[in-house]
Amino acid sequence: MTESGMGAMGVVIAVLGGAVRVGTPFLFVSLGECLTEKSGRINLGLEGNLVMGAMSGYGIAYLSGSPWLGVLTAGGTGMLLGFVHALLCQQQRVNDIAVGIAMMLFGTGLAFFLGKPFIQPVAPHLPALSLGGWSSSPVIRAALDINVLFIIGALLAPAMSWFFRNAKWGFIIRTVGESRDAALAMGINVNRVRMLATMSGGFLAGIGGSFLSLYYPGAWNEGLSSGQGLMAVALVIFARWNPIYCLYASLLFGGAAALGPALQSVGITWGYYLFNAAPYVLTLGIMIATSSSKQRFAGMPGELGKA
Amino acid sequence: MPKLLESFAIPAAALLVSVILFGIFVMIAGTNPIEVMHSVYIGAFGSWFSWQNTLVRASPLMLTALCTAIPARIGLINIGGEGALVMGGLCAAIVGIQLNGLSPMFVIVSMVLTGILAGGLWVLAIGAFKYYRNVNETISSLLLNYIAIAVLNFLVVGPLHDPASMNKPSTYPIGKANMIGDIGNSSIHYGLIFGITTCVILWFAMRRTTYGFAVDMVGGNLRAAQLSGLAVGKLILVTCFLAGGAAGLAGMLEVAAVQGNANTSLNAGYGYAGILVAFIARHNPLAVIPVAILLGGIHASGGFLQRQFNLPDATTLVFQGIIFIVILASEAFYGRLRWFKPRVSTA
Repeated sequence: MTESGMGAMGVVIAVLGGAVRVGTPFLFVSLGECLTEKSGRINLGLEGNLVMGAMSGYGIAYLSGSPWLGVLTAGGTGMLLGFVHALLCQQQRVNDIAVGIAMMLFGTGLAFFLGKPFIQPVAPHLPALSLGGWSSSPVIRAALDINVLFIIGALLAPAMSWFFRNAKWGFIIRTVGESRDAALAMGINVNRVRMLATMSGGFLAGIGGSFLSLYYPGAWNEGLSSGQGLMAVALVIFARWNPIYCLYASLLFGGAAALGPALQSVGITWGYYLFNAAPYVLTLGIMIATSSSKQRFAGMPGELGKA
Repeated sequence: MPKLLESFAIPAAALLVSVILFGIFVMIAGTNPIEVMHSVYIGAFGSWFSWQNTLVRASPLMLTALCTAIPARIGLINIGGEGALVMGGLCAAIVGIQLNGLSPMFVIVSMVLTGILAGGLWVLAIGAFKYYRNVNETISSLLLNYIAIAVLNFLVVGPLHDPASMNKPSTYPIGKANMIGDIGNSSIHYGLIFGITTCVILWFAMRRTTYGFAVDMVGGNLRAAQLSGLAVGKLILVTCFLAGGAAGLAGMLEVAAVQGNANTSLNAGYGYAGILVAFIARHNPLAVIPVAILLGGIHASGGFLQRQFNLPDATTLVFQGIIFIVILASEAFYGRLRWFKPRVSTA
């Protein structure tokens, strides 16, 4: 095989492997956002959950020596931020988009503050399943190291989809999201359902953050997240509020985000920063192409349209 | 009158609550909250030196705050100030480098116009996506921030890179002669005048012209505005252009008054802090001026806190986050407190 032939193949394999690796945080955040939005509320602050999750997960994994304890802590932190978000949003006249922006700034600020001591130390990583042992190529082997969290997320997507369709609680969440008035008429406590949905969504986003710091890139620093939490919100719209589509969309976005590093790994450094913009351009392009000023999205929870 | 009092008293009370919460936070972090707050004051407003520091930071904040405050009046939550600032600064620097050597006055005016145009078009796109395709403006503006930063990074390490800039990748300098100087013998550059003037002009446009009235009408009730025959699309685009122009001007000023070239320091977070300023000022362009000075002061005190208490530089971010959350929560109190209800006369 010629040098350039392997290079092109290498890029494809690195992008595919990257789709799984880079896509995992997208997956968790988008599933969390999907759950929250199904209850009729937007949480734009998941970026804060992601960064706080990354920081707290890394810190606890370092202090305790257990990466899984770190993952749980990250989820717990995310849940706490979700609680604050929900508490603020259920006050009168408080705008959930603005609260989301505030929680994003607060969460990242707090994570930078508390995370200072954890920039240097090395915490244990999450384990990965090596499915590429049969290959002698290090590129293929690296691409087939699948992290356990990705597998959990990939199973969670169909489970959540089943939950929305068949479980009683899934039905309650959808009712609250479709029509607040109908839910009230059925005697459902709307605020409590949205509170629980926002907290659970925050939990998942926090776990997505722990993946960033405990597996890939695999260290805590202040530049760890670059808007993945927000892109995940756009991704939910693209996925039409369907958890299974969230999985596919996360892989697509992960692949786009892996393009720059993959090209760099084979020596193409020109335009590295420009390729870094690929996921944002892709998100924006998809939003422009799929939105419409004439009609609502299919699958959009009814309460989301009301501002 | 009670209503005016309310619009001062509630933000003031919210700021007080934020200070208390922040005090508790730094106390948990192991410092004396009274000493920390005192240092914030000293670092922000305690001396002429700190005042200059504060005002230098306040001028870009005024302009980026307008980038959120003006669209908010028409009902859009735009957080694209960071991207518009970066694009304004970048394009202004390119023009400055190209025209370097011509009459400085001409170069500076060209840079101002370029900065406004670049930032304005950047945010106009957000409005166009919203109006024509109903794309959520908050998300698209944030995505455009990241795209602008990527373009900046690409250009300063690639095509526009000045090989002489080693540690911090930069474009070529715009030239000493084309720099905007300082006011008198202070270290405050003329950007402050630009900031205050823009706030006043936009306040006038928003509050005293038929354009501003139409914008408030669209923001208040879109259906009613459409039924009364307002050109909603045009209003949205013009409003977004003005907002982006303000942030683009901020970028131009950072290049022409502080940096001397375009580099990655343009993306220093003024856009994000500007969102907070706009919300505290309740999207009133005139109220933006004092709030920007207050927030500029908090920024300026960051380095001081770091040296004195060994607190991380993110301390001011936490403080801002607390203020933002408390200010939003305080929205729930408008019109619900007895003290501010007009008294019914018993006569």
